Amino acid sequence: MMVAALQELLQGFFGSAFPLVWTLLKIVLIIAPLLLSVAYLTFWERKVIGWMQVRIGPNRVGPWGLIQPIADGLKLLLKEVVIPTGADKSVFLIAPMFAFAPALAAWAVVPFNDTLVLANVNASLLYIMSITSIGVYGIILSGWASNSKYAFLGGMRSAAQMISYEVAMGLALVVVLMVSNSLNLGDIVGSQSQGYFADKGFGVLSWNWLPLLPMFVVYLVAIVAETNRAPFDLAEGESEIVGFHVEYSGMAFAVFFLAEYANMILVSALTSILFLGGWLSPVGFLPHSILWLFIKISFVLFVFLWIRATFPRYRYDQIMRLGWKVFIPLCLIWLVVVGCWMMSPLSIWK
Amino acid sequence: MGSMKEIFNSLLLRELFKGLSVTGRYMFAKKITVQYPEDKTPQSFRFRGLHALRRYPNGEERCIACKLCEAVCPAQAITIESEQRSDGSRRTTRYDIDLTKCIFCGFCEEACPVDAIVETRVYEYHGESRGDLYYTKAMLLANGDRYEKQIAEDRELDSKYR
Repeated sequence: MMVAALQELLQGFFGSAFPLVWTLLKIVLIIAPLLLSVAYLTFWERKVIGWMQVRIGPNRVGPWGLIQPIADGLKLLLKEVVIPTGADKSVFLIAPMFAFAPALAAWAVVPFNDTLVLANVNASLLYIMSITSIGVYGIILSGWASNSKYAFLGGMRSAAQMISYEVAMGLALVVVLMVSNSLNLGDIVGSQSQGYFADKGFGVLSWNWLPLLPMFVVYLVAIVAETNRAPFDLAEGESEIVGFHVEYSGMAFAVFFLAEYANMILVSALTSILFLGGWLSPVGFLPHSILWLFIKISFVLFVFLWIRATFPRYRYDQIMRLGWKVFIPLCLIWLVVVGCWMMSPLSIWK
Repeated sequence: MGSMKEIFNSLLLRELFKGLSVTGRYMFAKKITVQYPEDKTPQSFRFRGLHALRRYPNGEERCIACKLCEAVCPAQAITIESEQRSDGSRRTTRYDIDLTKCIFCGFCEEACPVDAIVETRVYEYHGESRGDLYYTKAMLLANGDRYEKQIAEDRELDSKYR
């Protein structure tokens, strides 16, 4: 009702430009809460890691430290952006945006429930895979434009790491595509709503994570590596090895940080949609709701932080070994196994 | 057989889950953070903080300018000049401690035969420029006057062990 009234009002006001305005409004409605969650994810991370280290975490700025992310942001805004001599100035400044923009653009096709989606594209998963790949350019360009051999090597390393894990991630996703028979994220969630357990009222056991458990694990590890998070955060390992953003400071550095956290939220949303049933309710007697999606995203994000608080950093050759020698063969084998399973009379995907 | 078990364990991420369970449990453990300006950690009576020069109860300064502290100071932070007073006793005319040099080892305190130079429990002081932490005789005596009660108490507690 309210929406229809607002639509009419805007239509009268903007006339033929209305569809554009309406879409822009929807984009703002997605991006603004997203940026707010990015800010508070950094706060939540510091809190959770603090608790796991028997500390309290930030609690001084505002009640329970809730203003902390705003204080952090202000600090970074007010700091100088140092541009190294000999650096390619325009590329140096564009690179962080290259890293950040894909993390936002990908949200265009993420469905929040069966009707609530900005662009209901049929190949939405393909769109996400391709647009998030652009993020690698931000990293390699920042390393190159810094005019520093450390940043350059760090950029190459991070890019190689992200590309390697994208392969494992992509193969894990292929298995999901096979069983749900669609590239549309909404349909993938829909396909998880049916099955033996879903009919019995235990929807949680019909979601993709259980029948595809090995792929779920591979996907979880791959997204941690893909977003350059601990224990794969070599870019940040300032004590052992330098990363692509050594030359960045102030807001230019902050944009890389925002990109990392925005990517975390994005891949958590994808995990929820592809493996954890999106907005579907885990049990039959509760209704499906967008709230379930938010709960699942928060849970996956919490796992990210939990992992960061627990595991020591991998060495670079170990990262590459895990990606190429363990995950990719595992994915390829499981691809065949699931294929056979689907063709056999025991198939649960009919 | 053993290697099969190993492969199985690593594929099931057993060790990773063990690690996660530890951090998971500690997340709910009682937090040990001391919230500094409100709460402070307990101090020993031998705490070595800001220096002070003491006086006898009659107001006479204890220091006899023997310069043992100056000699023992490993950081050479102490500078002493002395002269004979009209009553024949020897006293300092200058007793400076450069706290930017001082390493708070407590040797001056130990060397002092008359318990004149002591280190107090005070650690919350600061200087806003380099010279601010250059403590002169007047400043050290003022410290002594200010914290004498606590200093005497701490010496009393320590006396059993000396």
